[in-house]
Amino acid sequence: MERSLTHIALFAALIAVLGLVPQITLGAGVPITAQTLGVMLCGTVLGARRGALAVLLFMALVAAGLPLLSGGRGGIGVFTQPSAGYFIGFPFAAFVAGWVMERTTLPVGIAAGAASVIGGIAVLYIFGISGMAIVLGKTLSEAAMLGMAFLPGDVIKVVLAGLVTQAIAQARPGSLLSRPQTLPVSAFN
Amino acid sequence: MLTLTSPVETPLHRLPAGAKLAGLAVFTLGLFQISNLWVLAGLALALAALQLSFGRRFASHALRMLKPLWPFVLVLALWHLWTGALADGAFLVLRMGLAVAAANLVTMTTRLSDMLSVFEMLARPLSPLLPPRRLAMAFALVIRFIPNLAERMALLAQAHRARSARRPGWRLVVPAALAALDAADQAAEALRARGGAD
Repeated sequence: MERSLTHIALFAALIAVLGLVPQITLGAGVPITAQTLGVMLCGTVLGARRGALAVLLFMALVAAGLPLLSGGRGGIGVFTQPSAGYFIGFPFAAFVAGWVMERTTLPVGIAAGAASVIGGIAVLYIFGISGMAIVLGKTLSEAAMLGMAFLPGDVIKVVLAGLVTQAIAQARPGSLLSRPQTLPVSAFN
Repeated sequence: MLTLTSPVETPLHRLPAGAKLAGLAVFTLGLFQISNLWVLAGLALALAALQLSFGRRFASHALRMLKPLWPFVLVLALWHLWTGALADGAFLVLRMGLAVAAANLVTMTTRLSDMLSVFEMLARPLSPLLPPRRLAMAFALVIRFIPNLAERMALLAQAHRARSARRPGWRLVVPAALAALDAADQAAEALRARGGAD
């Protein structure tokens, strides 16, 4: 039980710290940060339940007023910004990525990449694009056009999520909680 | 760690956090029912005046917190210059700015600990699933470990720079994730040795 709690807390901290990694700006001036990579990793490393809980914990601290979102953003205003949909979609993205990871028997790296595409891109974009459509007063297809600006960066992050999860599986096989363990470890028991 | 709470004491700091959050929810829902540009402009003026009345330092802090919105303002401006519906563009920019500025006002006038207490209270119906003490412990662990992990990341970046002329960038993610996993295992052992998390 303590192990679940500390893994959830440490991955919440990891998302925050990845937001501090200096952002790279893609050609069109769209910033990409490692923060969504952290969200994907929560799912692929911790699994659905714990991954989503880690993301929720991070979100609670951001909403409470810690400037932990990339670019030093934070506070309750993250729920009303045009990018609020992405923020609200984070735990769903981590949950779905973890769910996919838990249910496939593919090799770890490929499974993590696939899980990140489904959770970190497909699911996250549904939330993110809906959010932009509402706040910016645009139709879903118009908002989708804006959202596509982030796609190249997210494709890079999916590849990284696969590589990083693979590296973790090799270095700390016992810590990859999204995959069956020799010793059963379950959340909050 | 720095929070977004304003060091400038205002009368709003003394209101209970729960009341401010409830007020904000009502304000934001109401905001999306307004369809008149002039009502929005009036509200924006009133909010700006309120923030200015708390002093220049407070107002400039509030303005800085609106900075992440400018790419969206730019997109809306270009879009509506293109379509020619300028009033619609102004309406959307004002509504977006008001929604974010009002929320920022609550963040700036509420201490982190008060906000977390409200969250812990809101999570109380979930207590069979999520014991309140465990939630409080989780908040404390994250706040404790963010500077710790950030420091390790900085050390990793320095070590990388000592070996290579290239920027470390994403190469830090694997050792950072491993550091988080190891710290989690150590913290779990330490908690268990002290009688568990509850």
